[in-house]
Amino acid sequence: MHVTLSVNGTEHALDIDPRTTLLDALRDHLDLTGTKKGCDHGQCGACTILLDGKRINSCLTLAVMHEGDAITTVEGLSTPDALSPLQAAFVAHDGYQCGYCTPGQICSATGMLEEIAAGWPSHVTDDLEADPALTREEISERMSGNLCRCSAYPNIVDAIAEVGGAAK
Amino acid sequence: MRAFDYQRPESAEAATRAQSGAEARFIAGGTNLLDLMKLEIETPRTLIDISRLPLDGIAPTEAGGFSIGALVTNAALAADPSVRRLYPVLSRALLAGASGQLRNKATTGGNLLQRTRCYYFYNPATPCNKREPGSGCSAIGGHTRIHAILGTSPHCIATHPSDMAVAMMALEAEVEILGPDGQTRTIPLADLYRLPGDTPHIETSLAPGDLITAVILPPPPPGRQLYRKVRDRASYAFALVSVAAIIAMENGRISAARLAFGGLAPMPWRDREVEALLIGEAPSPALFAAAADRLLATARTEDGNAFKSPLARRTLASVLATACAGNS
Ligand SMILES: Cc1cc2nc3c(=O)[nH]c(=O)nc-3n(C[C@H](O)[C@H](O)[C@H](O)COP(=O)(O)OP(=O)(O)OC[C@H]3O[C@@H](n4cnc5c(N)ncnc54)[C@H](O)[C@@H]3O)c2cc1C
Ligand code: SF4
Ligand code: FES
Ligand code: FES
Repeated sequence: MHVTLSVNGTEHALDIDPRTTLLDALRDHLDLTGTKKGCDHGQCGACTILLDGKRINSCLTLAVMHEGDAITTVEGLSTPDALSPLQAAFVAHDGYQCGYCTPGQICSATGMLEEIAAGWPSHVTDDLEADPALTREEISERMSGNLCRCSAYPNIVDAIAEVGGAAK
Repeated sequence: MRAFDYQRPESAEAATRAQSGAEARFIAGGTNLLDLMKLEIETPRTLIDISRLPLDGIAPTEAGGFSIGALVTNAALAADPSVRRLYPVLSRALLAGASGQLRNKATTGGNLLQRTRCYYFYNPATPCNKREPGSGCSAIGGHTRIHAILGTSPHCIATHPSDMAVAMMALEAEVEILGPDGQTRTIPLADLYRLPGDTPHIETSLAPGDLITAVILPPPPPGRQLYRKVRDRASYAFALVSVAAIIAMENGRISAARLAFGGLAPMPWRDREVEALLIGEAPSPALFAAAADRLLATARTEDGNAFKSPLARRTLASVLATACAGNS
């Protein structure tokens, strides 16, 4: 089947089996291997990308469903010489060990900070109607869809807190 | 994954006609269906992509409630200002479910129709009456930590895993359905689900081609709304037990009560007898214990899920105490 995907601002015309997940299309057809496959079942967050600015798991959606949507992968957040603020903070705070979960963490955190800015509440927000504060508790809850087998969590939270201008 | 034909009809009417054929499935967020298709537990020949149909609005109804389009994402619904203000139990239930990424994809209709997380249903190597009618139930006598204790049958003890549906049950939501004949009908959410009986593979009252177009919320009922979820980790886990409560008080007595439970049954569970027992009474530990006795009177447990009875009892008591305290 023909589909045109718009990834990191570039259009790619593909001819693919409709079974191809967006994750496999990115990795195997477009050679964008920054996005990782952990579980392939929505349970780990390694495959997180931004779809029209919203974070999603690319393993649980089909490439053919995303004709014309704006897809951003970790490769699209920056250039090798100019890291995104979150990428730089992950480096500064040692927000990883093996690094396998890191692209997913960074894409997820990018989307998550937008969600906070839009005033979206979370499970740990006390007052559903007030603007949520970016506490460590909020960051952990909102990032719970990204697992880290190396358990770099404290440093991941530090990196995100710095970029988000977290309340202590 | 088995091969399928992919179709993207232009209208809801065309989608229902396409789905009424054999072995076709709608795909909305895909977060449950694709999971199951990868394991070849779902093997549709035709996949009908409804994700771009214009069913993604939240609008006030004439009755004073809200109509939620079937394609509104779980994230958008939880963050909607009217829902946060008027139906906090629904926002809370949604926010207690899945992850930020999943909620951005998961839809209202798909969430209602997500299938059980029973380990044996997910494992094609083991017998399962839901997956393969007549093959037997591996859970009975097996690992049952996540299984149901109410509304089960000797053929299936699976739970319905949704948090959102539990809150909607307490809110007395209705489901708007478009059939392949072009007719729209509206049914109470409670009538969407079927208990397993001896046909656990038949989970809903939907016919082939039936498309959920919206969920209708009646005006918010009086009282304080709470959602409490108990699970094996603090986030990103399905409920062992959950309770949606809407409790109103007058002169120190409970004047209105609605309770719905997750994690305990094959569908979001509501028991009017439990509610009736609370109304008109002053809150007390003895009253809450009597409510739990009534709720659990018909419970059937296995070794692995027997803990759910005392857990449901304590969770109910705690939720009722909180709801009544903030509310006189
Ligand atoms: C790791 C993980 C953790 C999760 N944790 C939780 C949790 O804690 N709590 C919770 O409640 N949920 C949880 N979920 C489940 C999640 O909420 C569901 O997968 C999601 O809501 C399904 O919605 P969807 O739009 O993606 O459905 P889809 O996968 O697109 O569809 C599901 C089913 O519904 C049918 N369908 C979809 N839309 C319609 C419609 N409009 N009319 C008729 N039929 C339709 C489809 O044909 C399919 O059979 C979790 C999921 C994962 C993967
Ligand atoms: S509990 Fe239901 S879903 Fe699980 S194995 Fe038994 S029949 Fe299958
Ligand atoms: S690979 Fe998608 S969530 Fe694990
Ligand atoms: S850094 Fe190794 S999995 Fe997170």
